[in-house]
Amino acid sequence: MAHAHATHHPINYIRVWFILVLLLIVSVAGPFLGIRWVTLLTAFGIACIKAVMVARNFMHINLEQRYISYVIITVLVFMLLFFAGVSPDVMKKEGSGWVKPSWKAAAAASSAAQGGAAHH
Amino acid sequence: MSSAARPIATTRSAAGMPTGKLAVWWVIASEIVIFGGLLASYIMHRLAHDAWSAQAAHTNTWIGAFNTMVLLTSSLSAVLAHQAAERGDGPKAARLLYATVAGALTFLVVKAFEWSGEIGEGFTITSSTFWSFYYTAAGLHASHVIAGAILMLFVAADARRNLELHRVELIGIYWHFVDIVWIFLFPLLYIAK
Repeated sequence: MAHAHATHHPINYIRVWFILVLLLIVSVAGPFLGIRWVTLLTAFGIACIKAVMVARNFMHINLEQRYISYVIITVLVFMLLFFAGVSPDVMKKEGSGWVKPSWKAAAAASSAAQGGAAHH
Repeated sequence: MSSAARPIATTRSAAGMPTGKLAVWWVIASEIVIFGGLLASYIMHRLAHDAWSAQAAHTNTWIGAFNTMVLLTSSLSAVLAHQAAERGDGPKAARLLYATVAGALTFLVVKAFEWSGEIGEGFTITSSTFWSFYYTAAGLHASHVIAGAILMLFVAADARRNLELHRVELIGIYWHFVDIVWIFLFPLLYIAK
């Protein structure tokens, strides 16, 4: 990697660190505005920016063989596939031809309680 | 050390880069699946249960922010160590790696105090699913911090004598990945309330 680094523009690591700290301050300050979308943007948007900055400037991923980036992108896509495949089971209470047992039991208990209240 | 006695990870370059570095990137790809699966599970459960915000409200944002600052700074010292190693200055690389280890220890000490307080308040790993995720994710990350710090001590010991300086970059790549994992854990566990 020494040769690759020598042919690229030198990185000012302290400047990168300073920007990362500034971004951290923004992500901590975001929730104080009390606006949900701003909090999400300053928390997770900035986390993504910080991660890319660390990967590029500290890990030098852009100076590695290109297939390294492809491997990393591939495993990240696998994570998205995992989320897309599993999240409906976790986040939905019922679907086409299925009802989550815990949800069914809670609904039955709720209707029984309502029936009991109406009976009295 | 003669080239004949050097480990194969240093001398072989079958994929366009030293095998040792290729191995580190493979480790990171595997770790992304481990942490990614855990965090994806956390996110889908968090989105499905609004009540978790009441539990998340008990985490201390300032402690999380301080530890983020510590890890970002330790990443800086790790990459400066790599820079020193590339210039052939092993003793300076070793000093910077020891500074990185000091950052790791600071992170762990703060975490220990934080967890002690939370457990003292009754928030344990069995308190609720939120706290199960909290301790599992932060604990798995902390175990990587411990492993990285131990490995860094070995690398620094060699670097101090100008030996195996290429390993300074390898441990640095791993350390920056540990930093990136925390960059995502911080908003998930400490900011999204």
